[in-house]
Amino acid sequence: MLDQLHEMEGRALAELAGHKTEQALEQWHVAFLGRKGALTELLRGIGRLSAEERPAFGQEANRVKTALEKAYEDRALTLKQEAALHQLAREQVDVTLPGRPIAPGFLHVSTRTLREIYDIFAAMGFQVVEAPEVETDIYNFQLLNMPPHHPARDMWNTFHTTHEGVLLRTHTSPGQIRVMLEHCPEPIRVILPGKCYRYEQVTARHEFMFYQVEGLAIGEHLTMADLKGTLASFARQMFGPERKVRFRASYFPFTEPSAELDIDCVLCGGKGCRVCKNSGWLEILGCGMVHPNVMRNGGYDPACYTGFAFGMGPERIAMLKYGIDDIRHFFANDLRFLQQFV
Amino acid sequence: MKVPLNWLKEYVDITLPVPELAERMTLAGMEVETIEHIGADWDRDKILVGEIVEIRPHPDADRLTIAVVRCGSGDPEAVVTGAPNVKVGDRGQKVAFARNGARLIDGHSDELRYLTLKPSKIRGVLSAGMVCSEKELGLSGEHEGILILPDDAPVGMPLVDYLGDTVFDLDLNPNYARCLSIIGVAREVAALTGQKLKQQEPTMTAAGGSIADLVGIEISDPDLCSRYSATLIRGVHVGPSPLWLQRRLRLAGQRPVNCIVDITNYVMLELGQPLHAFDYQKLLGRAAGGRPVITVRRARPGEKLTTLDHIERQLEENMLLITDSSGPIALAGVIGGLETEISDDTTDVLLESANFDYLSNRRTSTLLHLPSEASLRFGRGIPPETTVPAAVRATEFMRQLAGGVIATGIADAYPVKPQQRTIELPRAEVERLLGVPLSRQRVVESLQALGFHCSSCSEEQPIQVTVPYYRLDVEISADLVEEVARMVGYDQIPSTLLRDELPPQRRNAALEADLRVRDLLVGCGLTEVITYSMTNLDSVARLDPTGPAPDPADYIRLANPLTPEREYLRRTLSNSLLEALRDNLRFSPRVALFEVARVYLPQTGQELPLEPRRIGIVLSGPKHPVHWNQPQPGLFDYFDLKGVVETLLSRLRISNAAFIAVEAPAYQSGRVARLVLQPGDVDVGLLGEVNPVVRDRFDLPAQRVCLAELDLEALLAHAPESYRFEAAGRYPASAQDMAVVVDEGLPAVQVSDCIRRAGGRLLRSAELFDIYRGEQIPQGKKSLAYSLRYQAPDRTLTDDDVARQHARIQRALEKELAAELRS
Repeated sequence: MLDQLHEMEGRALAELAGHKTEQALEQWHVAFLGRKGALTELLRGIGRLSAEERPAFGQEANRVKTALEKAYEDRALTLKQEAALHQLAREQVDVTLPGRPIAPGFLHVSTRTLREIYDIFAAMGFQVVEAPEVETDIYNFQLLNMPPHHPARDMWNTFHTTHEGVLLRTHTSPGQIRVMLEHCPEPIRVILPGKCYRYEQVTARHEFMFYQVEGLAIGEHLTMADLKGTLASFARQMFGPERKVRFRASYFPFTEPSAELDIDCVLCGGKGCRVCKNSGWLEILGCGMVHPNVMRNGGYDPACYTGFAFGMGPERIAMLKYGIDDIRHFFANDLRFLQQFV
Repeated sequence: MKVPLNWLKEYVDITLPVPELAERMTLAGMEVETIEHIGADWDRDKILVGEIVEIRPHPDADRLTIAVVRCGSGDPEAVVTGAPNVKVGDRGQKVAFARNGARLIDGHSDELRYLTLKPSKIRGVLSAGMVCSEKELGLSGEHEGILILPDDAPVGMPLVDYLGDTVFDLDLNPNYARCLSIIGVAREVAALTGQKLKQQEPTMTAAGGSIADLVGIEISDPDLCSRYSATLIRGVHVGPSPLWLQRRLRLAGQRPVNCIVDITNYVMLELGQPLHAFDYQKLLGRAAGGRPVITVRRARPGEKLTTLDHIERQLEENMLLITDSSGPIALAGVIGGLETEISDDTTDVLLESANFDYLSNRRTSTLLHLPSEASLRFGRGIPPETTVPAAVRATEFMRQLAGGVIATGIADAYPVKPQQRTIELPRAEVERLLGVPLSRQRVVESLQALGFHCSSCSEEQPIQVTVPYYRLDVEISADLVEEVARMVGYDQIPSTLLRDELPPQRRNAALEADLRVRDLLVGCGLTEVITYSMTNLDSVARLDPTGPAPDPADYIRLANPLTPEREYLRRTLSNSLLEALRDNLRFSPRVALFEVARVYLPQTGQELPLEPRRIGIVLSGPKHPVHWNQPQPGLFDYFDLKGVVETLLSRLRISNAAFIAVEAPAYQSGRVARLVLQPGDVDVGLLGEVNPVVRDRFDLPAQRVCLAELDLEALLAHAPESYRFEAAGRYPASAQDMAVVVDEGLPAVQVSDCIRRAGGRLLRSAELFDIYRGEQIPQGKKSLAYSLRYQAPDRTLTDDDVARQHARIQRALEKELAAELRS
């Protein structure tokens, strides 16, 4: 009987090693350890043994049962681990394949530039105010010290509407007057962004529609030195701390004294190139101390208040900053252009 | 304004190197746009002033000659030339001689091409160089003959030293009209560089009869003509100007005509005073032998004048005319009349030097589209003081260059003399504006250098500044401060940061919302475009294939559009966005764009239109970029667009929004909704898929195009300014699904509204997760499956609670919508 038992044990272990699936393993368990399995069958024959032989046989049968159960558990675990490994192996991917593309949106480069301008001036206490794009001749010219037929009107080619005296603003400067009239006699620090229009043929350098950002500061002690400090700080924040700046005398009917702000050429660093027309300098904005007549038109007494104003073109700033050679790109709305600015 | 420096040097010594001078002028407001070096590429030892010693015939060619040219100490050289303006037997002419190796412009080429002179045989005769034409030297396009230099040209001198020059091209602002003359620029340069102006008072040698007997001057409209001066020279010979004069005019950008016209131009460029020459014999003829009387007056109704350009012009009242007893002879300061113009036969010249009102002049030249060098100067204002010096200088030039006898005296009507202006400059004004303390002496010296006269009683008193006659632009103390700043240099003003009181800071909710909306739409994967504010009504009409054409009366219209395509200010963004979409679809299969921009709505009784902001969105093509893992993504449709709009609403915290099925011409029937906000039933705009007919009209490809245009102001009016935090429930939620069978035509929003109403506070959410039609569902019905979540803020819900609520919803659906529940 013991021999049969040992023979069965050997057979079971041999078979077990050959099984590779959970199902086969289960059948093996039924065949050898189940209620009608080989071991049970052997134990049924215990009655044929003598009383002396029985305890030893029982003990040995128990050992075999434990051993087989243990072998079963081990084999099951191994199979499970093998299956898991196999599964992982199957999930391998080619990590060099391209990722799933995200399709993000893009802000227009003019909007981005406007926001940069807002942020720089916000830190200096300038708030954003908006004004109408369709304006009257009075606000666009007359209150800015340009009576009808004033020679300086030549500086702005104007789109007129069929309504006499109503035009498309040629600059954001009329907003100056509106802000002054609204806030007089408070001190003022505002920037006025928005679209402007000029009756000009479209070329690489001119658009008939463009953005402008006007700035205005009014107070009791503002000087040209403050203007210089504020705008030089703007230029260096916008174009880099190493930029050289220079102010040169200029003319606007609504400022006196007037100036233009140049930075050293971002392309050639001042050596002279095509972009800066060999001058080494790039003009980025016009500015000046608010003209006493304009101050009066806004309700402020020029004997008590001083102020400065400036105007710049975000498109021009973006062109210099990103090396865009043609202003026509801005409103052609070609995704291949728009999606370069992140 | 082009300024040849050699000309400028006649009025001021130039003490700075050219680049430094240019920079100093630029910083002081006279922007030197370009610096042109004439003769910069003439080799100093290869291109020289030469003298023709002898012209010999060419042995083998009739049309060629051999010129023997001496240029300096060496032996004369023989060169072959085909120039028609030297002939055998000539000698003594001064010419521009180029040795072999010199670099010249190819005179025979139409394009600008350079060549280097090499020793060569021309028809068997060795030529040792070349005598040059103007074209070969780059002076002009003239290649008919060789350049003949004045007799006093120094033989052997490098040509660059004799003919070379440097020309500044100044980009002048409108208030720098004083610098539209050599003398004006010279005044500035003198002040900037500490030099004296070399000004001579012009004189003329008159030997004729008294001018008063020969011409009379009357000014009928002194408001438009403050002064009219005239001189007369008789017996001139009209011919070409001498080389030096032609050269200067060319360098200054003018084309030489004849010596009389050239002199008027030359003196205008030099002194800034436009001049006009009349043929005096013609005037005599018109006066029928009597004494011509020049009358300056406004045009009368019906008057006509044929001008120099052979155009008969109908004159309008208010146009200022120069007339004689027979009628108009010139449009004052704008253009002369044809009949009295100078011709080659002219012998007697009446020279006009007058001062016309700048406004009237500008109006007339603008109206007639006749810009000219004269109206450029008159139109910006010139001082009346220059009429006589300019007339005298020009008349004397005519005598010297064209011969003739000058009538004695100057006819000069001067009814309106300008008042001398004195401006008070308070002691502290310079520092108050510039922020830099400048000594009184520094201020006075700066102003005096520019010709202002300064005086004051004491140190403490304001400076009394008298403005020189030529500074029409200086009117107030701020103008004087600018003059001081220009002289001192803007770089001498320090840079300070604002230390003034900070103005009240106010929120700008409209701007904040604008920034947020753009960010949200970018976050939804859309790219921002900026399209033109101007449009045309044809394009707008494409949006409505069946309706009436847009009414121009509803639009702001431009009086002077650049093109008919950009004539009206838009009332919608939709057509521009469809055009931007079309352009992009040509190279990109997937396009998702938005724009935030104003539209322009005229208001009756208001001068200015409303300018509300709109949001426009277009989507077309695959909703995802193509990928190896998803080679055929689905196409954008209504629900993608609605998802974007819903995201916008939820991020702006706008509730009470309804999407109502409507019909709209631009959109496909059944795939368009109107967004309406409560309270107030506010129409925010439409969203939907574009009508295929409209798609075709915009040349769009045959694929779904989603379009929305929403009123940003209406959205913002419904967006709460603030909102409060809401705690996530602490007690567990209980989820249950519910499938409802309803009529096919019932809008889903009615089912979800009914569920929410019946579900009450305990129903936290109801998400539609499936729509099913087909087996087990009767024809004409659909099954909507919702996932319902119940949760109480204060306790764990029991099964009974949930069952009760679920049953209430079920009853409401059955009762209100005749819905059946699917088990």
